[in-house]
Amino acid sequence: MLYIKDLTKVFNPGTVNEKTALTGLSLHLAPGDFVTVIGGNGAGKSTLLNSVAGVFPVDGGQVTLDGQDITRLSEHRRARYLGRVFQDPMMGTAADMNIEENLALAYRRGQRRTLKWGVSAAERAQYKDLLHELDLGLEKRLTDKVGLLSGGQRQALTLLMATLKAPKLLLLDEHTAALDPKTAAKVLALTQKLVEENHLTTLMVTHNMHDAIRLGKKTGGALDNDRLLLS
Amino acid sequence: MTQVLLGAVSLGILWSIMTIGVYITYRILDIADLSVEGTLPLGAAVACFMITRDINPYLASFCALLAGCLAGLCTGLLHTKLKIPALLSGILTMIALYSINLRVMGAPNLSILRMETVFRPLARAGMSNSAAIITVGGVCALLLIGILYWFFGTELGSAIRATGNNQRMVRAQGINTDTMKILGLVISNGLVGLSGALIAQSQSFADVQMGTGSIVIGLASLIIGEVLFGGKSFFRRLVALILGAVVYRLIIALVLELGMNPNDLKLFTAITVALALWLPQGRELLRTFRKLLAKEGN
Repeated sequence: MLYIKDLTKVFNPGTVNEKTALTGLSLHLAPGDFVTVIGGNGAGKSTLLNSVAGVFPVDGGQVTLDGQDITRLSEHRRARYLGRVFQDPMMGTAADMNIEENLALAYRRGQRRTLKWGVSAAERAQYKDLLHELDLGLEKRLTDKVGLLSGGQRQALTLLMATLKAPKLLLLDEHTAALDPKTAAKVLALTQKLVEENHLTTLMVTHNMHDAIRLGKKTGGALDNDRLLLS
Repeated sequence: MTQVLLGAVSLGILWSIMTIGVYITYRILDIADLSVEGTLPLGAAVACFMITRDINPYLASFCALLAGCLAGLCTGLLHTKLKIPALLSGILTMIALYSINLRVMGAPNLSILRMETVFRPLARAGMSNSAAIITVGGVCALLLIGILYWFFGTELGSAIRATGNNQRMVRAQGINTDTMKILGLVISNGLVGLSGALIAQSQSFADVQMGTGSIVIGLASLIIGEVLFGGKSFFRRLVALILGAVVYRLIIALVLELGMNPNDLKLFTAITVALALWLPQGRELLRTFRKLLAKEGN
Protein backbone atom coordinates (compact mmCIF):
# COMPACT_ATOMS: atom_id res chain seq x y z
CA MET A 1 0.00 0.00 0.00
CA LEU A 2 2.38 2.67 1.20
CA TYR A 3 6.11 2.32 0.59
CA ILE A 4 8.45 4.92 1.98
CA LYS A 5 12.00 4.38 0.84
CA ASP A 6 15.14 6.19 2.03
CA LEU A 7 13.23 9.34 2.86
CA THR A 8 15.52 12.28 3.64
CA LYS A 9 14.58 15.80 4.63
CA VAL A 10 16.89 18.61 5.69
CA PHE A 11 15.45 21.96 6.77
CA ASN A 12 17.35 25.20 6.06
CA PRO A 13 20.27 23.46 4.36
CA GLY A 14 23.53 25.37 4.34
CA THR A 15 22.57 27.72 7.16
CA VAL A 16 23.32 27.75 10.88
CA ASN A 17 19.76 26.55 11.39
CA GLU A 18 20.32 23.44 9.31
CA LYS A 19 18.33 20.59 10.77
CA THR A 20 18.25 17.06 9.48
CA ALA A 21 14.76 15.82 10.23
CA LEU A 22 14.83 12.49 8.42
CA THR A 23 17.75 10.44 7.09
CA GLY A 24 17.00 7.48 4.91
CA LEU A 25 13.77 6.49 6.60
CA SER A 26 11.97 3.48 5.15
CA LEU A 27 8.55 2.22 6.11
CA HIS A 28 5.99 -0.11 4.62
CA LEU A 29 2.27 -0.29 5.30
CA ALA A 30 0.15 -3.17 3.99
CA PRO A 31 -3.53 -2.56 3.16
CA GLY A 32 -5.56 -2.30 6.36
CA ASP A 33 -2.53 -1.68 8.56
CA PHE A 34 -2.84 0.72 11.46
CA VAL A 35 0.73 1.76 12.11
CA THR A 36 1.66 4.10 14.90
CA VAL A 37 4.99 5.86 15.13
CA ILE A 38 6.14 7.17 18.50
CA GLY A 39 8.75 9.80 19.11
CA GLY A 40 9.62 12.76 21.27
CA ASN A 41 9.57 16.41 20.24
CA GLY A 42 11.77 17.07 17.24
CA ALA A 43 12.14 13.40 16.38
CA GLY A 44 10.75 14.01 12.90
CA LYS A 45 7.26 12.58 13.36
CA SER A 46 5.43 15.48 11.77
CA THR A 47 8.10 15.75 9.09
CA LEU A 48 7.37 12.15 8.18
CA LEU A 49 3.64 12.77 7.81
CA ASN A 50 4.12 16.09 6.03
CA SER A 51 6.51 14.43 3.57
CA VAL A 52 3.90 11.82 2.77
CA ALA A 53 1.25 14.53 2.45
CA GLY A 54 3.47 16.65 0.21
CA VAL A 55 3.52 19.77 2.35
CA PHE A 56 7.13 20.36 1.26
CA PRO A 57 9.44 18.68 -1.25
CA VAL A 58 11.73 16.01 0.20
CA ASP A 59 15.49 15.97 -0.38
CA GLY A 60 15.75 12.29 -1.17
CA GLY A 61 13.87 9.04 -1.23
CA GLN A 62 10.60 7.87 -2.64
CA VAL A 63 6.99 7.68 -1.52
CA THR A 64 4.81 5.16 -3.34
CA LEU A 65 1.11 4.85 -2.64
CA ASP A 66 -0.84 1.94 -4.10
CA GLY A 67 1.77 1.47 -6.81
CA GLN A 68 1.92 5.12 -7.79
CA ASP A 69 5.03 7.20 -7.16
CA ILE A 70 3.70 10.35 -5.47
CA THR A 71 7.06 11.77 -4.38
CA ARG A 72 6.89 14.74 -6.75
CA LEU A 73 3.12 15.20 -6.71
CA SER A 74 1.94 18.56 -5.31
CA GLU A 75 0.07 18.62 -2.00
CA HIS A 76 -3.35 19.30 -3.47
CA ARG A 77 -2.96 16.59 -6.10
CA ARG A 78 -2.09 13.82 -3.70
CA ALA A 79 -4.86 14.98 -1.34
CA ARG A 80 -7.16 12.87 -3.52
CA TYR A 81 -5.70 9.74 -1.91
CA LEU A 82 -5.16 11.03 1.61
CA GLY A 83 -7.27 11.80 4.63
CA ARG A 84 -5.52 14.07 7.10
CA VAL A 85 -6.10 15.15 10.67
CA PHE A 86 -3.76 17.71 12.20
CA GLN A 87 -2.46 18.23 15.70
CA ASP A 88 -4.09 21.66 15.95
CA PRO A 89 -7.90 21.20 16.06
CA MET A 90 -8.27 24.59 14.33
CA MET A 91 -6.22 23.40 11.34
CA GLY A 92 -8.58 20.88 9.81
CA THR A 93 -11.66 23.00 9.28
CA ALA A 94 -12.63 26.43 7.92
CA ALA A 95 -13.81 28.39 10.96
CA ASP A 96 -15.93 30.99 9.12
CA MET A 97 -17.84 28.40 7.16
CA ASN A 98 -20.63 26.27 8.56
CA ILE A 99 -20.57 22.56 9.33
CA GLU A 100 -22.28 21.39 6.16
CA GLU A 101 -20.07 23.58 3.97
CA ASN A 102 -16.97 22.09 5.58
CA LEU A 103 -18.28 18.57 5.05
CA ALA A 104 -19.18 19.41 1.46
CA LEU A 105 -15.63 20.62 0.82
CA ALA A 106 -14.30 17.30 2.12
CA TYR A 107 -16.92 15.27 0.24
CA ARG A 108 -15.44 16.57 -3.02
CA ARG A 109 -11.83 15.88 -2.07
CA GLY A 110 -9.74 15.37 -5.19
CA GLN A 111 -12.59 16.32 -7.51
CA ARG A 112 -12.75 19.27 -9.85
CA ARG A 113 -14.73 22.11 -8.28
CA THR A 114 -17.54 23.05 -10.62
CA LEU A 115 -20.31 25.62 -10.70
CA LYS A 116 -22.78 23.19 -9.20
CA TRP A 117 -24.34 24.25 -5.93
CA GLY A 118 -21.94 23.68 -3.01
CA VAL A 119 -24.16 21.40 -0.90
CA SER A 120 -26.93 19.23 -2.31
CA ALA A 121 -30.04 18.19 -0.41
CA ALA A 122 -29.14 14.50 -0.64
CA GLU A 123 -25.74 15.18 0.89
CA ARG A 124 -27.30 17.16 3.70
CA ALA A 125 -29.36 14.16 4.76
CA GLN A 126 -26.27 11.96 4.65
CA TYR A 127 -24.29 14.45 6.75
CA LYS A 128 -27.07 14.51 9.31
CA ASP A 129 -26.89 10.74 9.69
CA LEU A 130 -23.13 10.72 9.98
CA LEU A 131 -23.08 13.57 12.50
CA HIS A 132 -25.78 11.81 14.48
CA GLU A 133 -23.42 8.85 14.86
CA LEU A 134 -20.79 11.14 16.38
CA ASP A 135 -23.25 11.72 19.20
CA LEU A 136 -22.15 15.32 19.75
CA GLY A 137 -25.45 16.92 18.80
CA LEU A 138 -23.87 18.42 15.68
CA GLU A 139 -26.60 17.04 13.41
CA LYS A 140 -28.86 19.85 14.64
CA ARG A 141 -26.22 22.50 13.95
CA LEU A 142 -25.50 21.99 10.24
CA THR A 143 -25.60 25.71 9.52
CA ASP A 144 -23.59 26.78 12.56
CA LYS A 145 -20.14 28.23 11.91
CA VAL A 146 -17.41 25.72 12.74
CA GLY A 147 -15.61 28.46 14.68
CA LEU A 148 -18.31 28.12 17.35
CA LEU A 149 -17.40 24.48 18.08
CA SER A 150 -15.03 23.29 20.79
CA GLY A 151 -11.62 21.83 19.97
CA GLY A 152 -12.87 18.29 20.53
CA GLN A 153 -15.92 18.82 18.34
CA ARG A 154 -13.78 20.33 15.62
CA GLN A 155 -11.35 17.42 15.75
CA ALA A 156 -14.23 14.93 15.55
CA LEU A 157 -15.57 16.84 12.57
CA THR A 158 -12.12 16.84 10.94
CA LEU A 159 -11.95 13.07 11.40
CA LEU A 160 -15.33 12.69 9.77
CA MET A 161 -14.19 14.94 6.91
CA ALA A 162 -10.97 12.96 6.45
CA THR A 163 -12.90 9.71 6.11
CA LEU A 164 -16.05 11.03 4.36
CA LYS A 165 -14.62 9.99 1.04
CA ALA A 166 -12.64 6.89 1.99
CA PRO A 167 -8.96 7.74 1.53
CA LYS A 168 -6.32 5.23 0.48
CA LEU A 169 -4.32 6.34 3.48
CA LEU A 170 -5.32 8.14 6.65
CA LEU A 171 -2.66 10.37 8.20
CA LEU A 172 -3.09 11.28 11.86
CA ASP A 173 -0.62 13.85 13.15
CA GLU A 174 -0.83 13.66 16.96
CA HIS A 175 -4.46 14.51 16.49
CA THR A 176 -5.38 14.16 20.17
CA ALA A 177 -2.32 15.90 21.65
CA ALA A 178 -4.08 19.25 22.03
CA LEU A 179 -7.21 17.85 23.69
CA ASP A 180 -7.98 17.21 27.34
CA PRO A 181 -7.73 13.51 28.40
CA LYS A 182 -11.45 12.84 28.33
CA THR A 183 -11.99 14.43 24.92
CA ALA A 184 -8.82 12.79 23.63
CA ALA A 185 -10.18 9.37 24.62
CA LYS A 186 -13.44 10.10 22.82
CA VAL A 187 -11.69 11.23 19.65
CA LEU A 188 -9.43 8.15 19.77
CA ALA A 189 -12.44 5.86 20.13
CA LEU A 190 -14.03 7.61 17.17
CA THR A 191 -10.82 7.19 15.20
CA GLN A 192 -10.85 3.47 15.88
CA LYS A 193 -14.50 3.18 14.89
CA LEU A 194 -14.12 5.09 11.62
CA VAL A 195 -10.95 3.23 10.68
CA GLU A 196 -12.55 -0.16 11.31
CA GLU A 197 -15.82 0.67 9.54
CA ASN A 198 -14.04 1.92 6.45
CA HIS A 199 -11.15 -0.58 6.58
CA LEU A 200 -8.67 2.25 6.31
CA THR A 201 -4.91 2.00 6.10
CA THR A 202 -3.66 4.39 8.75
CA LEU A 203 -0.39 6.02 9.70
CA MET A 204 -0.53 7.76 13.05
CA VAL A 205 2.23 9.57 14.88
CA THR A 206 2.00 10.30 18.57
CA HIS A 207 4.20 10.88 21.58
CA ASN A 208 1.82 8.93 23.74
CA MET A 209 3.24 5.43 24.18
CA HIS A 210 -0.02 4.14 25.64
CA ASP A 211 -2.14 5.23 22.67
CA ALA A 212 0.44 3.96 20.23
CA ILE A 213 0.40 0.46 21.64
CA ARG A 214 -3.33 0.31 22.21
CA LEU A 215 -4.36 1.52 18.75
CA GLY A 216 -1.62 0.29 16.47
CA LYS A 217 -2.34 -3.13 15.05
CA LYS A 218 1.29 -3.09 14.05
CA THR A 219 2.76 -0.75 16.56
CA GLY A 220 5.13 0.57 14.04
CA GLY A 221 8.28 2.06 15.27
CA ALA A 222 9.81 4.69 17.41
CA LEU A 223 11.42 7.65 15.74
CA ASP A 224 14.50 8.88 17.45
CA ASN A 225 16.74 11.58 16.06
CA ASP A 226 15.71 11.10 12.48
CA ARG A 227 15.95 7.32 12.51
CA LEU A 228 13.23 4.74 12.81
CA LEU A 229 14.38 2.44 15.59
CA LEU A 230 12.15 -0.55 15.13
CA SER A 231 9.67 -1.48 12.52
CA MET B 1 -29.62 70.25 -1.51
CA THR B 2 -31.68 67.52 -3.23
CA GLN B 3 -29.28 67.79 -6.15
CA VAL B 4 -26.32 67.27 -3.83
CA LEU B 5 -27.96 64.27 -2.17
CA LEU B 6 -28.92 62.67 -5.47
CA GLY B 7 -25.39 63.24 -6.74
CA ALA B 8 -23.97 61.57 -3.63
CA VAL B 9 -26.30 58.59 -3.93
CA SER B 10 -25.51 58.08 -7.61
CA LEU B 11 -21.78 58.30 -6.99
CA GLY B 12 -22.12 55.90 -4.06
CA ILE B 13 -23.90 53.34 -6.19
CA LEU B 14 -21.19 53.42 -8.86
CA TRP B 15 -18.47 53.11 -6.21
CA SER B 16 -20.38 50.28 -4.51
CA ILE B 17 -19.37 47.97 -7.38
CA MET B 18 -15.75 48.76 -6.54
CA THR B 19 -16.53 48.15 -2.85
CA ILE B 20 -17.84 44.69 -3.69
CA GLY B 21 -14.54 44.01 -5.43
CA VAL B 22 -12.60 45.14 -2.37
CA TYR B 23 -14.82 42.93 -0.21
CA ILE B 24 -13.89 39.86 -2.26
CA THR B 25 -10.18 40.33 -1.68
CA TYR B 26 -10.14 41.94 1.75
CA ARG B 27 -12.84 39.90 3.47
CA ILE B 28 -13.21 36.70 1.50
CA LEU B 29 -9.61 36.06 0.45
CA ASP B 30 -8.06 37.93 3.39
CA ILE B 31 -5.71 39.82 1.05
CA ALA B 32 -5.29 43.61 1.04
CA ASP B 33 -5.10 44.11 -2.72
CA LEU B 34 -3.74 47.50 -3.72
CA SER B 35 -3.88 46.84 -7.46
CA VAL B 36 -7.40 48.32 -7.40
CA GLU B 37 -5.81 51.78 -7.29
CA GLY B 38 -4.57 51.09 -10.80
CA THR B 39 -7.50 48.98 -11.94
CA LEU B 40 -10.10 51.68 -11.32
CA PRO B 41 -8.46 54.18 -13.71
CA LEU B 42 -7.67 51.29 -16.06
CA GLY B 43 -11.36 50.51 -16.40
CA ALA B 44 -12.07 54.21 -16.88
CA ALA B 45 -9.31 54.57 -19.47
CA VAL B 46 -10.35 51.52 -21.48
CA ALA B 47 -14.01 52.55 -21.51
CA CYS B 48 -13.29 56.17 -22.45
CA PHE B 49 -10.80 55.20 -25.12
CA MET B 50 -13.33 52.88 -26.75
CA ILE B 51 -16.14 55.40 -26.47
CA THR B 52 -14.03 58.04 -28.22
CA ARG B 53 -13.69 55.47 -31.02
CA ASP B 54 -17.51 55.29 -31.27
CA ILE B 55 -17.70 51.83 -29.81
CA ASN B 56 -20.91 50.91 -28.00
CA PRO B 57 -20.59 52.04 -24.35
CA TYR B 58 -21.99 48.75 -23.02
CA LEU B 59 -19.35 46.84 -24.93
CA ALA B 60 -16.75 49.38 -23.77
CA SER B 61 -17.80 48.84 -20.12
CA PHE B 62 -17.59 45.10 -20.57
CA CYS B 63 -14.10 45.43 -22.01
CA ALA B 64 -13.17 47.58 -18.99
CA LEU B 65 -14.29 44.68 -16.80
CA LEU B 66 -12.12 42.28 -18.79
CA ALA B 67 -9.14 44.65 -18.54
CA GLY B 68 -9.64 44.70 -14.78
CA CYS B 69 -9.68 40.90 -14.75
CA LEU B 70 -6.35 40.88 -16.58
CA ALA B 71 -4.86 43.25 -14.00
CA GLY B 72 -6.10 40.92 -11.25
CA LEU B 73 -4.56 37.98 -13.05
CA CYS B 74 -1.26 39.85 -13.10
CA THR B 75 -1.36 40.45 -9.33
CA GLY B 76 -2.39 36.86 -8.76
CA LEU B 77 0.48 35.47 -10.81
CA LEU B 78 3.01 37.74 -9.09
CA HIS B 79 1.73 36.58 -5.72
CA THR B 80 1.34 32.85 -6.32
CA LYS B 81 3.92 31.99 -8.97
CA LEU B 82 6.72 34.42 -8.02
CA LYS B 83 5.80 34.15 -4.31
CA ILE B 84 5.84 37.92 -3.85
CA PRO B 85 3.80 38.96 -0.78
CA ALA B 86 0.23 39.91 -1.71
CA LEU B 87 0.54 43.52 -0.60
CA LEU B 88 3.67 44.06 -2.68
CA SER B 89 2.20 42.24 -5.70
CA GLY B 90 -0.71 44.66 -5.62
CA ILE B 91 1.59 47.66 -5.38
CA LEU B 92 3.65 46.42 -8.34
CA THR B 93 0.54 46.00 -10.48
CA MET B 94 -0.72 49.40 -9.39
CA ILE B 95 2.54 51.11 -10.41
CA ALA B 96 2.73 49.22 -13.69
CA LEU B 97 -0.85 50.18 -14.48
CA TYR B 98 -0.03 53.87 -14.07
CA SER B 99 2.12 53.69 -17.20
CA ILE B 100 -0.35 51.45 -18.98
CA ASN B 101 -3.23 53.82 -18.23
CA LEU B 102 -1.25 56.73 -19.69
CA ARG B 103 -0.60 54.60 -22.78
CA VAL B 104 -4.25 53.68 -23.17
CA MET B 105 -5.45 57.26 -22.90
CA GLY B 106 -2.45 58.82 -24.65
CA ALA B 107 -2.64 61.63 -22.08
CA PRO B 108 -3.16 62.05 -18.32
CA ASN B 109 -6.89 62.39 -18.95
CA LEU B 110 -9.43 61.71 -21.62
CA SER B 111 -12.74 63.51 -22.05
CA ILE B 112 -15.89 61.89 -23.48
CA LEU B 113 -18.01 65.00 -23.03
CA ARG B 114 -21.21 64.89 -25.14
CA MET B 115 -20.40 61.38 -26.32
CA GLU B 116 -22.58 58.32 -25.88
CA THR B 117 -22.52 56.61 -22.45
CA VAL B 118 -24.48 53.81 -20.80
CA PHE B 119 -26.51 56.48 -19.00
CA ARG B 120 -27.45 58.52 -22.07
CA PRO B 121 -30.42 56.45 -23.34
CA LEU B 122 -32.28 56.96 -20.06
CA ALA B 123 -31.33 60.64 -19.93
CA ARG B 124 -32.66 61.08 -23.46
CA ALA B 125 -35.91 59.45 -22.34
CA GLY B 126 -36.33 62.36 -19.98
CA MET B 127 -34.65 61.22 -16.79
CA SER B 128 -32.36 63.55 -14.89
CA ASN B 129 -28.68 62.72 -15.03
CA SER B 130 -28.55 61.51 -11.42
CA ALA B 131 -31.69 59.43 -11.82
CA ALA B 132 -30.27 57.75 -14.91
CA ILE B 133 -27.03 56.94 -13.08
CA ILE B 134 -28.89 55.62 -10.05
CA THR B 135 -31.08 53.43 -12.25
CA VAL B 136 -28.35 51.96 -14.44
CA GLY B 137 -25.83 51.69 -11.57
CA GLY B 138 -28.44 50.23 -9.24
CA VAL B 139 -29.54 47.58 -11.73
CA CYS B 140 -25.90 46.74 -12.42
CA ALA B 141 -25.02 46.48 -8.70
CA LEU B 142 -28.06 44.33 -7.89
CA LEU B 143 -27.36 42.07 -10.84
CA LEU B 144 -23.78 41.62 -9.69
CA ILE B 145 -24.91 40.85 -6.15
CA GLY B 146 -27.22 38.17 -7.50
CA ILE B 147 -24.45 36.62 -9.58
CA LEU B 148 -21.92 36.73 -6.73
CA TYR B 149 -24.41 35.30 -4.25
CA TRP B 150 -24.92 32.38 -6.58
CA PHE B 151 -21.23 32.00 -7.41
CA PHE B 152 -19.97 31.92 -3.83
CA GLY B 153 -22.52 29.23 -3.06
CA THR B 154 -21.15 26.91 -5.74
CA GLU B 155 -18.40 24.34 -5.23
CA LEU B 156 -15.88 26.68 -6.81
CA GLY B 157 -17.04 29.70 -4.82
CA SER B 158 -16.97 27.69 -1.59
CA ALA B 159 -13.40 26.68 -2.37
CA ILE B 160 -12.43 30.35 -2.76
CA ARG B 161 -14.11 31.26 0.53
CA ALA B 162 -12.36 28.40 2.31
CA THR B 163 -9.01 29.51 0.86
CA GLY B 164 -9.37 32.85 2.62
CA ASN B 165 -10.12 30.95 5.79
CA ASN B 166 -7.66 28.09 6.12
CA GLN B 167 -5.29 27.37 3.26
CA ARG B 168 -3.83 24.22 4.76
CA MET B 169 -7.22 22.65 5.14
CA VAL B 170 -8.14 23.62 1.60
CA ARG B 171 -5.02 21.98 0.18
CA ALA B 172 -5.77 18.88 2.24
CA GLN B 173 -9.13 18.75 0.40
CA GLY B 174 -7.32 18.63 -2.92
CA ILE B 175 -7.88 22.24 -3.92
CA ASN B 176 -5.14 24.32 -5.50
CA THR B 177 -5.06 27.40 -3.27
CA ASP B 178 -3.00 29.34 -5.83
CA THR B 179 -5.71 28.96 -8.46
CA MET B 180 -8.37 30.04 -5.97
CA LYS B 181 -6.44 33.17 -5.00
CA ILE B 182 -5.87 34.10 -8.65
CA LEU B 183 -9.55 33.55 -9.41
CA GLY B 184 -10.60 35.76 -6.49
CA LEU B 185 -8.23 38.53 -7.56
CA VAL B 186 -9.46 38.31 -11.17
CA ILE B 187 -13.11 38.63 -10.16
CA SER B 188 -12.38 41.43 -7.71
CA ASN B 189 -10.37 43.53 -10.14
CA GLY B 190 -12.89 42.89 -12.90
CA LEU B 191 -15.55 44.51 -10.73
CA VAL B 192 -13.25 47.42 -9.92
CA GLY B 193 -12.54 47.92 -13.64
CA LEU B 194 -16.26 47.98 -14.38
CA SER B 195 -16.80 50.44 -11.55
CA GLY B 196 -14.08 52.70 -13.01
CA ALA B 197 -15.73 52.55 -16.43
CA LEU B 198 -19.11 53.58 -15.01
CA ILE B 199 -17.63 56.35 -12.86
CA ALA B 200 -15.76 57.78 -15.86
CA GLN B 201 -18.93 57.74 -17.98
CA SER B 202 -20.90 59.46 -15.23
CA GLN B 203 -18.35 62.28 -14.98
CA SER B 204 -17.57 62.29 -18.73
CA PHE B 205 -13.83 61.83 -18.37
CA ALA B 206 -11.14 59.42 -17.24
CA ASP B 207 -8.13 60.60 -15.27
CA VAL B 208 -4.95 58.72 -14.49
CA GLN B 209 -5.15 60.00 -10.90
CA MET B 210 -8.73 58.91 -10.20
CA GLY B 211 -7.64 55.71 -8.44
CA THR B 212 -5.55 57.44 -5.79
CA GLY B 213 -6.91 56.51 -2.38
CA SER B 214 -9.62 54.31 -3.86
CA ILE B 215 -8.63 51.33 -1.68
CA VAL B 216 -9.24 53.47 1.40
CA ILE B 217 -12.59 54.64 0.04
CA GLY B 218 -13.47 51.00 -0.64
CA LEU B 219 -12.49 49.97 2.88
CA ALA B 220 -14.37 52.89 4.43
CA SER B 221 -17.52 51.97 2.51
CA LEU B 222 -17.09 48.32 3.43
CA ILE B 223 -16.71 49.03 7.14
CA ILE B 224 -19.57 51.54 7.22
CA GLY B 225 -21.74 48.95 5.47
CA GLU B 226 -20.78 46.20 7.90
CA VAL B 227 -21.27 48.31 11.01
CA LEU B 228 -24.57 49.90 9.98
CA PHE B 229 -26.27 47.28 7.83
CA GLY B 230 -24.27 44.06 8.25
CA GLY B 231 -25.94 40.79 9.09
CA LYS B 232 -25.35 37.10 9.20
CA SER B 233 -26.38 36.05 5.73
CA PHE B 234 -24.05 36.49 2.78
CA PHE B 235 -26.77 38.18 0.75
CA ARG B 236 -27.35 40.73 3.47
CA ARG B 237 -23.62 41.44 3.67
CA LEU B 238 -23.47 42.10 -0.06
CA VAL B 239 -26.42 44.48 0.10
CA ALA B 240 -24.75 46.20 3.07
CA LEU B 241 -21.79 46.98 0.81
CA ILE B 242 -23.98 49.00 -1.56
CA LEU B 243 -25.60 50.85 1.32
CA GLY B 244 -22.20 51.44 2.91
CA ALA B 245 -20.81 52.98 -0.27
CA VAL B 246 -23.86 55.26 -0.53
CA VAL B 247 -23.65 56.32 3.11
CA TYR B 248 -19.95 57.05 2.68
CA ARG B 249 -20.75 59.43 -0.19
CA LEU B 250 -23.55 61.03 1.82
CA ILE B 251 -21.15 61.64 4.70
CA ILE B 252 -18.62 63.19 2.33
CA ALA B 253 -21.32 65.38 0.77
CA LEU B 254 -22.40 66.42 4.25
CA VAL B 255 -18.96 67.43 5.50
CA LEU B 256 -18.36 69.34 2.27
CA GLU B 257 -21.68 71.14 2.74
CA LEU B 258 -20.57 71.95 6.28
CA GLY B 259 -17.59 73.70 4.77
CA MET B 260 -14.72 71.25 4.93
CA ASN B 261 -11.87 72.00 2.56
CA PRO B 262 -12.09 69.36 -0.25
CA ASN B 263 -8.31 68.99 -0.04
CA ASP B 264 -8.72 67.55 3.45
CA LEU B 265 -11.10 64.81 2.29
CA LYS B 266 -8.54 62.04 1.94
CA LEU B 267 -7.11 62.81 5.37
CA PHE B 268 -10.63 62.69 6.78
CA THR B 269 -11.30 59.35 5.09
CA ALA B 270 -8.00 57.85 6.25
CA ILE B 271 -8.65 58.86 9.84
CA THR B 272 -12.18 57.46 9.68
CA VAL B 273 -10.92 54.13 8.36
CA ALA B 274 -8.11 53.97 10.93
CA LEU B 275 -10.64 54.55 13.72
CA ALA B 276 -13.04 51.98 12.26
CA LEU B 277 -10.31 49.36 11.97
CA TRP B 278 -9.28 50.06 15.55
CA LEU B 279 -12.89 49.79 16.76
CA PRO B 280 -12.84 46.10 17.84
CA GLN B 281 -9.67 46.56 19.93
CA GLY B 282 -10.89 49.95 21.10
CA ARG B 283 -14.04 48.43 22.52
CA GLU B 284 -11.95 45.92 24.43
CA LEU B 285 -9.73 48.68 25.78
CA LEU B 286 -12.76 50.69 26.83
CA ARG B 287 -14.19 47.68 28.64
CA THR B 288 -10.98 47.11 30.60
CA PHE B 289 -10.83 50.81 31.41
CA ARG B 290 -14.41 50.78 32.71
CA LYS B 291 -13.67 47.74 34.86
CA LEU B 292 -10.65 49.48 36.33
CA LEU B 293 -12.73 52.56 37.06
CA ALA B 294 -15.39 50.42 38.74
CA LYS B 295 -12.72 48.85 40.95
CA GLU B 296 -11.37 52.27 41.88
CA GLY B 297 -14.91 53.27 42.80
CA ASN B 298 -15.15 50.36 45.23
